[in-house]
Amino acid sequence: MSAALAMPAVSSATAPALLEVEDLHAYYGKSHILQGVSFRVGAGEIVSILGRNGVGRSTTLKAIMGDVPPRGQIRFKGQPIAGLKPYTVARRGLGYVPEERAIFPKLTVRQNLALGEKSGRRGGRWSYADIFRLFPRLEERIDTPGGVLSGGEQQMLTICRTLMGDPDLIMIDEPTEGLSPQMVARVAEMIGEIAARGVAVLLVEQKLTIALKLSQRLYVMGHGHVVFAGTPAALSANEAVRREWLEV
Amino acid sequence: MLELVIVSTLNGVLYGMLLFLMASGLTLIFSMMGVLNFAHASFYMLGAFFGYQISKFTGFWVGLVAAPVVVGGIGALVERYGLRNVHRHGHVPELLFTFGLAYVIEEVVQMVWGKLPVDYRVPAILDFPAFTVFGTNYPAYKLFMLVISVAIFIALLAVLTRTRVGLIIQAALTHPNMVAMLGHDVPKVFMLVFGVGTGLAAVAGVIAGPALVTQANMAGLLGPILFVVVVVGGLGSLTGAFAASLLIGLVQTFAISLDVSVASVLQAAGIDAAPSGGVLGDLWTVTIAQIGPIIPYLLLVIVLIARPTGLLGNREA
Repeated sequence: MSAALAMPAVSSATAPALLEVEDLHAYYGKSHILQGVSFRVGAGEIVSILGRNGVGRSTTLKAIMGDVPPRGQIRFKGQPIAGLKPYTVARRGLGYVPEERAIFPKLTVRQNLALGEKSGRRGGRWSYADIFRLFPRLEERIDTPGGVLSGGEQQMLTICRTLMGDPDLIMIDEPTEGLSPQMVARVAEMIGEIAARGVAVLLVEQKLTIALKLSQRLYVMGHGHVVFAGTPAALSANEAVRREWLEV
Repeated sequence: MLELVIVSTLNGVLYGMLLFLMASGLTLIFSMMGVLNFAHASFYMLGAFFGYQISKFTGFWVGLVAAPVVVGGIGALVERYGLRNVHRHGHVPELLFTFGLAYVIEEVVQMVWGKLPVDYRVPAILDFPAFTVFGTNYPAYKLFMLVISVAIFIALLAVLTRTRVGLIIQAALTHPNMVAMLGHDVPKVFMLVFGVGTGLAAVAGVIAGPALVTQANMAGLLGPILFVVVVVGGLGSLTGAFAASLLIGLVQTFAISLDVSVASVLQAAGIDAAPSGGVLGDLWTVTIAQIGPIIPYLLLVIVLIARPTGLLGNREA
């Protein structure tokens, strides 16, 4: 399915940003990991953050969730969220899929999905039927403990688990890492489907080709800063940035 | 012999279930928060003393319900206003905090109730022999203790496996951060688990108080065994804690009733080769009943050497 067709035309310059990050700093102990990161994500947009390992992409997502203490400004739907507890940030409508997936290994697929639903709230954009239509495999394995699923199945499960909480913006960290090409295609398709339902996606991705294909806008990070911001076309044209900050 | 087996099994299971009432809370708290609560047995003692005090005014049954509720409330407050603040500074301060708390509770109990045992009695309605096996009367109160602890075990299991809160607790055992990032108020769940965990320890205190001795050293007597149970079962494993509770309950009860030594076994087999005197001679004649109190700790050492994760656990102690 084509995400681009179903999506409302959002111009990042004029549309009010769903997520605005300004001059974000974060530390792990004494190391200054994020040194003033600024970017924005509009409603329904797919935005990617690229960069080599260790430049602070994952830390950016964790700081937004409140899992790493953030300094600087983070606004979500116009409200400041920097310094809020992770569960409050999640309840405001921010979904997070961590790189390590964090499947609850002893709980079944069904229980993992149920934990994605927020207590006392029902009737979001996603139903179990939607999830099973996208990934029939999860329905087949509904009573299997999450710990014994394959890597690809776990990746699907962790994304779907977060979707059950009906976020307005989902942040996904390295979803295609270690997956087979076929699985990578499924994940890309899934991300398109998410955006098609009006959910914005902030993607941290290593694979340039996928990021270029999926995203409306991209940011490239280096050493705790944003070193490039622009469209896929602009990044494709900018060989200097790619060579200095992306290619190994 | 059959009499011994039946009575010891009953007593062993009873002791094991009491241990489990306490170990369950301790192991859940440890798994979720990473805190080994040294003061856990102190809440058991508080349960016994509160139960005693309340029963003086209103009778045993009100105490049975009210004391665990009060103690659980205190536990929840300790988590909310004590541990949660200490938590920011890491695990060692947390450990020291619970360690200090255990002493504070013991001193307070001594100041209020003194060092001598208090007169906490079995309620009259349960003060009769339930049945007689081979001439031994088995007290009804012990059966009552067994019923209460089994009922709580079943209720706990049902809550953990059948309710949404239980599901959140199970998930938070391994990935508390992820559970929070899915929008669940994990700090509140921590407080709840700490409150319920200490409340369960208090239930054990209330029902054990009249049967054992309600005295200011009862936490100190039971605490070490509790850690043996949790470590042998596997830190963080509820089923492990259950198995280890029963194991240690049975082992200790049977050991006490077995008046058997190496010498007596050999003699029964017709061999009379006991070394006379010396350390070996002592070892030869020491009975299992005499070394009974050491057995749980021996088990602890063996488990830590052979299987550091405990019988059913998956993380190192």
